[in-house]
Amino acid sequence: MGKIKYHMLVCGGTGCHASQSDQILKKFETLIHDRGLENEVQVIKTGCFGFCEKGPIVKMMPDNTFYTKVKLDDCEEILEEHIIKGRKVTRLLYENPETGEHVSDSKHMEFYKKQIRIALRNCGFINPENIEEYIARDGYQALGKVLTELSPEATIEIMKKSGLRGRGGGGFPTGLKWEITRAVKSDQKYVVCNADEGDPGAFMDRSVLEGDPHSVLEAMAINGYCTGADKGLVYIRAEYPLAVERLKIAMKQAREYGLLGKNILGTGFNFDVEIRYGAGAFVCGEETALIHSMEGLRGEPTVKPPFPSESGYLGKPTNVNNVETYANVPVIINKGADWFAKIGTERSKGTKVFALAGKINNVGLIEVPMGITLREVIYEIGGGIKNDKEFKAVQTGGPSGGMLTVKDLDTPIDYDNLIAAGSMMGSGGMIVMDENDCMVAMAKFYLQFTVEESCGKCSPCRIGNKRLYEMLEKITQGNGTPEDLDKLRNLSQVIKDTSLCGLGQSSPNPVLSSLNNFYDEYMEHVNLKKCRAGKCKSLMQYIINAENCIGCTLCARNCPVNAITGERKQVHLIDQEKCIKCGACMEKCKFNAIYIK
Amino acid sequence: MAKIKLSEKKLEELKAVCKSFNNEKGELINVLHKAQGIFGYLPAEVQEVISKELNVSVAHVYGIVTFYSFFTMTPKGEHPVSICLGTACYVRGAEKVLEEFKRVLKIQVGETTPDGKFSLSCLRCVGACGLAPVVLVGEKVYGRVSPDGVKDIVAEYNS
Repeated sequence: MGKIKYHMLVCGGTGCHASQSDQILKKFETLIHDRGLENEVQVIKTGCFGFCEKGPIVKMMPDNTFYTKVKLDDCEEILEEHIIKGRKVTRLLYENPETGEHVSDSKHMEFYKKQIRIALRNCGFINPENIEEYIARDGYQALGKVLTELSPEATIEIMKKSGLRGRGGGGFPTGLKWEITRAVKSDQKYVVCNADEGDPGAFMDRSVLEGDPHSVLEAMAINGYCTGADKGLVYIRAEYPLAVERLKIAMKQAREYGLLGKNILGTGFNFDVEIRYGAGAFVCGEETALIHSMEGLRGEPTVKPPFPSESGYLGKPTNVNNVETYANVPVIINKGADWFAKIGTERSKGTKVFALAGKINNVGLIEVPMGITLREVIYEIGGGIKNDKEFKAVQTGGPSGGMLTVKDLDTPIDYDNLIAAGSMMGSGGMIVMDENDCMVAMAKFYLQFTVEESCGKCSPCRIGNKRLYEMLEKITQGNGTPEDLDKLRNLSQVIKDTSLCGLGQSSPNPVLSSLNNFYDEYMEHVNLKKCRAGKCKSLMQYIINAENCIGCTLCARNCPVNAITGERKQVHLIDQEKCIKCGACMEKCKFNAIYIK
Repeated sequence: MAKIKLSEKKLEELKAVCKSFNNEKGELINVLHKAQGIFGYLPAEVQEVISKELNVSVAHVYGIVTFYSFFTMTPKGEHPVSICLGTACYVRGAEKVLEEFKRVLKIQVGETTPDGKFSLSCLRCVGACGLAPVVLVGEKVYGRVSPDGVKDIVAEYNS
């Protein structure tokens, strides 16, 4: 048998998967088979590379060539040129937008330069459906070390010393949580992995589970050893079929290798994992709600204390951590607490994975050291704002977070700084907005989400958020008064102070932070009945500029409601009564003759 | 709503599902997932059967079904259309795409076309934010959809 000369890594992440990466993979396999190259070239489906903007991505090893936006029709050329003739297919390489140069090695791309990959270390490197590839990259070594060399106390000490804090949003010190769970005496304890990623616009946990499921299983077993639990449960969204599938495969393989189940590695330690499905409820990301959902009940939160560490699943002590938190654990054990604590800031150690999305050039999944600034993330890694528009704000922490603005661009990102700036770390969604986004409409968008997702148990959240939403609706329709702005602020504060769980306590954050940062924009809506971003339909009109209009009839033909009239070669007119403000005319006009008033 | 008659075969299948979870009430959500897999949705009649098998009240089952957005009590169309309204898609114009689907299909969110061909729903983030705005028809994902492209997508399934 010949030696494998080339490995072709095809991205199997959700974004690339949606752009036919599966068919691309099959095509490569067929082409390789047809040419009899099976012994020299191996095709591997990996997890997410992170650079979703340029997907589907195919990476060639060992020379690290990074092909972007690969289409089915490109497969043959890649094989012929790259593998058979040894020449790179230049047109598929990443093009540096500033210099126009082609970059073939991902290490030299701005997108990757500032990233440090710990939680995502294996995503895009290994085949997540093959345990041996995980083991080859030091997989399950940490579990072995812990079981044979370290006591649970010593392991917890490492976790505490590393400074790792919960990556689900709360930022509670992980080691401390483990210690508390360990201290509670009980005949049965549970280890839970929270994979109910509900923040719209975030896909960190999903990518870890799809790209490196074993790291989570390994960490859960370590956690079980430390806290004294022999049963693990992964609570995962049913909307993530690919992640579920890969997790199932990983569990099966780990059992076959004796890394899950009875008497792991011959040490007498028992631990196994089960999957529980979420059914679409944002509030289930809250740990008490999650536990109720796992028990087959409505996912309503309960008052803490008692904390799950004391009384959780079925009333037993339960340690709940999020996917990304777990993904960090094996590395910390292998490389040591000091190594990890060197990365990051004083009180936030290590890295954080963000799903960078919205009006940004390089949408994708990034992992950066704590303490990096927003400016670096947006302008260096993210490649700046799409279509050279003006940066306006970035929302971190999803619907529970707040908006950061130009003044926060140079603030080092960590748990405490984000809270001081009126936002929060959250699970890692990072949505970039430009000058065309209306901050009042954004606040309304998030409130709508909260209103839909409120479980209804406590009235500040159930009723208060609804009232907030109605006030925002009133303002965006041009019926707001200056008093409404005071009411918004007061009610927001009441909801924050009196809601039962994290969802309610944080739900007014988008309103408060937009009020604080964009008060003038609210005032314009209220006093001048104007939306400067042109988003609030009731406050705008599409007008045809008679000077620019040449009467080409293109707008009239594209108007879905026939609101535009005018003879050929004559200036056209929009009937404001009929106009539904869809903006189709403005998009179509080639002469810049339509503007928003 | 008029009563519907469940086929014997599917009923047996449903009971077998309940049994596979030992008719335990703690497994209700898992049972509902499987039941929706069998019937495509969860009409009152299905909930009644589950309530009997698991020995919980119908009100309890109904409470769970209506709490979680994944469960639905109305049948979906042959080609369920879902528009992602996650934040990334929203800021990239998903709302306009949704409006266009409503206009072209002449239905509102949560409805099914009279011929049963299409149904329209919204979802929150499929994790393909690089392709925003994203539309799903069944399992197929359409990325970077513009209002202009909506007609073409619908036409694909109308032929």
